[in-house]
Amino acid sequence: MSAPGEALPASPPRAAFSKLLACEARLALREPIGLVYGLAIPVVLLMIFGAIPSAHKQQAQLGGLTVFAVYVPILIAFCIGMLALFSLPRALVTYRELGILRRLSTTPLPPSWVLAAQLVINFVLAVWALIILVVAGVVAFGAGAHKSPAGFVLAFLLSVAALFAMGLWVAAVARSATAANVMGGALFFPLIFFAGLWYPQQYMPAVLRDVGQLTPLGASVHALQMASQGTFPSAGSLLVMLAYGVGFALLALKSFRWE
Amino acid sequence: MDRRASTKESRTATHAKAGGEAGRALVVEHLRKTYPGTVAVDDVSFTVEEGEIFGILGPNGAGKTTTVECAIGLRTPDSGTIRVMGFDPQVDRAQVHAIVGAQLQTSALQPRLRVGEILDLYRSFYRDPADAGELLDALGLREKRSAFYKSLSGGQKQRLSLALALVGRPKIAILDEMTTGLDPQARRDTWELIEGVRDRGVTVVLVTHYMDEAERLCDRVALVDEGRIVALGTPAALAERAGGGKRVRFVPSQPFDDRLLTELPEVISLERQGHHVLVNGAGDLVNTVILTLAGAGVTANEVEVQSATLEDAFVKLTGRRLHEGDEMAAG
Repeated sequence: MSAPGEALPASPPRAAFSKLLACEARLALREPIGLVYGLAIPVVLLMIFGAIPSAHKQQAQLGGLTVFAVYVPILIAFCIGMLALFSLPRALVTYRELGILRRLSTTPLPPSWVLAAQLVINFVLAVWALIILVVAGVVAFGAGAHKSPAGFVLAFLLSVAALFAMGLWVAAVARSATAANVMGGALFFPLIFFAGLWYPQQYMPAVLRDVGQLTPLGASVHALQMASQGTFPSAGSLLVMLAYGVGFALLALKSFRWE
Repeated sequence: MDRRASTKESRTATHAKAGGEAGRALVVEHLRKTYPGTVAVDDVSFTVEEGEIFGILGPNGAGKTTTVECAIGLRTPDSGTIRVMGFDPQVDRAQVHAIVGAQLQTSALQPRLRVGEILDLYRSFYRDPADAGELLDALGLREKRSAFYKSLSGGQKQRLSLALALVGRPKIAILDEMTTGLDPQARRDTWELIEGVRDRGVTVVLVTHYMDEAERLCDRVALVDEGRIVALGTPAALAERAGGGKRVRFVPSQPFDDRLLTELPEVISLERQGHHVLVNGAGDLVNTVILTLAGAGVTANEVEVQSATLEDAFVKLTGRRLHEGDEMAAG
């Protein structure tokens, strides 16, 4: 017989987390819904915008920017929103619905590691989306280079924090994968409207634009656009995202159930 | 039948021998757990000795699953004490999960992971895991190693689930409704696997609503109904308590006087059915009847022995049949 179990620490070895991540990565490739939402759709949209000649004309109404330059941040926000409000809750709610979380909760693996693995996988997808959109935007379609990289990265990270926290809250309260999808959609579509997907913020009436900048994706696009024009994002938009991030994270923690 | 009887006896003997030093694997005292509107577990106390297969038997909704969920810390009892190898699952949850392998109802695995990947993942959760290849061989899953979980049959899923319950080299395996939904052959195969688990020195807590399963596998059984233990003991002792006792049916080699047997303390009644004689009684009925007849120069031929079952015990103790709930649920 081996050494008595009591002598060993009860917590799982660190390697368990990398195994978990590896499994989640395989699943992300085998059920590529996150990849489609987060990467394929925005890339296709980017190509469509890039192919429209008028999208590259500088518009006075856009403050001298091209439509294309305005849309790169909107598509980044689109990716983050899709990953946060569809891909992330879908995985966690499905795990709970099928009893996978219940099975895992009888092992020494802390349930929070499952959550962390999902956050990491979706974060990696968001970073890929960011890189693809920025690089493709700059190289292939000649979008303006980003003149405030620190501000840009900060705006990106806060956007991820705000939206992923909302996604966790959806995962916490939705009782089925279908319910999570409905909730995700109910949040995503109004939010992406304020982000300017159909109608860039610059075209919106002042009232709508002001309201929009109090929403997480509106603030996100505003901050990303400022950074790509060379100004550090406004404290207001950064604080709005921070507030959503902290608020929804607390709500999610309070209501999360493992089964 | 004979083989089964003898393995059971030798098993009991090992327990008696080890009884003095063997620890208590699981102690549950005055457990109570309520959900809004229902009392799931009213007042349950039992002790599982190390190395035995302990059955928790009762109809659906009796509180069996809630009891084991409390034992592994998945639910917080309203009151009562639980100790798993000395650990309190509410306090030392991680310790309890490291020494208990659980196979729960309504739990599942990622449909698009392969058998080998799942086993590898679960191995990584434990400090001193079992060898994956060995486990796959023992459970007959070697060829299924690269199959997706969703493509497995019900029996294969149960075997994988059992493999995961054992992969951490647990001291206690808690198996909840292992064979529900399996075909008869798969059920018998699973029973052999469970006996194999105990033979590895693992204490088994088996939750079931199947009588035959409990009778075949368990050293001791707690009969649970409506959140309480109505009886606890070896399957044979419980059946005895049902009062039905035993019946012996035989064809005597020559006529004999009824009083030869009816005057024995073990015999309750005697009935003649053509050539056959049917004796109802209790205790060591079979030996006493055969020896007494032999003493009078009578040989008993075509002997059939029938014992009361756990099912009889359950009906006697609760006034209901075990599977009533099932039929109602089905109908």
